[in-house]
Amino acid sequence: MNASMSALGKLVRTTAFKLSFAYLLIFTIFAFVGLGYVAWNAQRLLTDQFVSTIESEINSLSDQYRFGGLRRLVNIVERRSRAPGAMLYLVTTEAGERVAGNVGALPTGVIGRTGQFETLYNRTDETEARPDMAIVRVYLLPGGFRLLVGRDIEERRRLQEVIYRAFGYSLLFIVVLGCVGGWFITRRVLKRVDDMTEITRHIMTGDLGGRLKIAGTGDELDRLAQNLNDMLDRIGELMRGMQEVSDNIAHDLKTPLTRLRNKADEALRTASTPDELKSALEATIEESDNLIRIFNALLMIARLEAGNAREGLADFDAAEAVRDVAELYDALADEAGVSLEVSVEDDLPIHGSRELLGQAMANLLDNALKYGSSAAAAAATISVSAHRRDGEVRIVVADRGPGIPESERGRVLERFVRLETARSRPGFGLGLSLAAAVARLHGGTLLLEDNQPGLRVILALPLKAVELPQPPLQSAA
Amino acid sequence: MRILIIEDDKEAASYLVKAFREAGHVADHASDGLDGYAMAEEGDYDVLVVDRMLPKLDGLSLIRSLREQRVETPVLILSALGQVDDRVKGLRAGGDDYLPKPYAFSELLARVEVLSRRRSSAPNAEPTVYRIADLELDRLSHRVTRSGQEIMLQPREFRLLEYLMKNANQVVTRTMLLEHVWDYHFDPQTNVIDVHVSRLRAKIDKGFDKPLIHTIRGAGYMVRVGQEGDEE
Repeated sequence: MNASMSALGKLVRTTAFKLSFAYLLIFTIFAFVGLGYVAWNAQRLLTDQFVSTIESEINSLSDQYRFGGLRRLVNIVERRSRAPGAMLYLVTTEAGERVAGNVGALPTGVIGRTGQFETLYNRTDETEARPDMAIVRVYLLPGGFRLLVGRDIEERRRLQEVIYRAFGYSLLFIVVLGCVGGWFITRRVLKRVDDMTEITRHIMTGDLGGRLKIAGTGDELDRLAQNLNDMLDRIGELMRGMQEVSDNIAHDLKTPLTRLRNKADEALRTASTPDELKSALEATIEESDNLIRIFNALLMIARLEAGNAREGLADFDAAEAVRDVAELYDALADEAGVSLEVSVEDDLPIHGSRELLGQAMANLLDNALKYGSSAAAAAATISVSAHRRDGEVRIVVADRGPGIPESERGRVLERFVRLETARSRPGFGLGLSLAAAVARLHGGTLLLEDNQPGLRVILALPLKAVELPQPPLQSAA
Repeated sequence: MRILIIEDDKEAASYLVKAFREAGHVADHASDGLDGYAMAEEGDYDVLVVDRMLPKLDGLSLIRSLREQRVETPVLILSALGQVDDRVKGLRAGGDDYLPKPYAFSELLARVEVLSRRRSSAPNAEPTVYRIADLELDRLSHRVTRSGQEIMLQPREFRLLEYLMKNANQVVTRTMLLEHVWDYHFDPQTNVIDVHVSRLRAKIDKGFDKPLIHTIRGAGYMVRVGQEGDEE
């Protein structure tokens, strides 16, 4: 008993049941309102028709009476009364005594009334039978005679019956069809939801590789499944990223840490003069500073990727930021014998972090100077530009160095990846990863292209939709 | 100069106290937020060095409470969270400067000295003309002269010299220059700043026998009337 109760409760709680029930209820109400309207209209039409027939019959009979007197009226009434399927006729004296017609018995008092009403009656030839219903009209003829014309409304009653039966059948039909249809449809839909629940539970217990099925219908459930899959992809990506970072930290921090330790150890064992000790200590400090830099850069990337640096974002002009950083590096480029060409469009409002964009730009320029200045002196040019294109700000840093082979371009954006050719130069392999993370934080992308020869790094960041307000005029320069 | 260090890590604190004393300053130590607050409120310190994360009362709340009590002692915040928005939060709470951990002591010392000088010179009383020996910088007319000879500077070079002269006789680090002249707070990994300073130096000191812009080894730069022997 209890089990069946809880099973019922479970059924009632399912969305399938609730949906079917609601649809059923709505359909039933609609069906009833519709059928009711039809029935009411049919009744009204039929009654109208009866009334107009009766009226015209009374008019014609009273005309006959006026032209031919009572005799003629009686003759016509008798003749029409006998015709098959005749209407109801009755002519009486003022006192109500029957003169002619096919109506036998009437409830008392009926003939005394005038006008139109419904009444029970018996025909003259079936006095013993059950009285039927009729709609009649009593007309007072000049000279005190009364004329009753009427029509049997059994027909109308039968129609009513037919309609009531239709009501019953359609209710049954609707309930059965509604239940079956509702069950089928909702079962189909909810089967997919149940499947999704099942798969997500599976994924939650640890199988992050699982993905929801896409039915390919492009409906809401498909979109939901697609979104969930995208979310899982993103989670997987983050997990992999974390895994990678910890692996890389293990590897890339262990190497300098070991070096640090060895240096200290060696100094302890071999250094004898204060000067030797001092230089060993300086070397260890330098090594630990490098470690700190790597660590800071890693933390920053991790934080950017996790997306929780978003709260500090504000609107600023990318043009100004790019010009500032270019200006910062101009002197350094000059020193290295590289000419820095800057071409920046005015007023490039974006939403983000000027600080982080500056850092990303600094990394790109560091790279360009590091790798791009090895080209022949004549060609040693680095160009920095920022322009708007298709709702984006495209910040391009291009050098004339050896560039990056196409097959390696995806890889160099990963953390700690340094090409073999770059091993001999200082750096940690985090600059481009950081710039890419900054681009992602701004909702943009970092692209690497061939500068023929050299490398073109493109930071494509979405423009802010609304223009920055014009800066107030500066009163003094 | 009297410095109060509010830092819960005993080792870090004793290292700081010792290092500040070696640099010729008086340094006290408080190991939690409440003690630090009481000492900062009563003692007459020139600068407070406050760790962001402290037991009993965290660093930012401590600064906020001090400012509410009209204690306007300059505060330098030390934080293990070296992120952009974290700096903004620290400065909004009433901090005057911010240094992410780990830091070089020379950097901390330079910043603390600049902060304490800001306290001793009354606000709004910045002179319109900075003078060091025969070098003059007029902040209103944007003119720089040495021995009466006008020196033409780019706007950025002017700001660089202005900041160095404002903090004359004090060490100014590369990060401080990047912060105040370019308004960026990242760690300049390459020698970008050095190149700018050496260009400025070429304009200011070239042709004069007494150099005014000095490189302080392992720390940064300083504008002062030359003492030979410090140069690299």
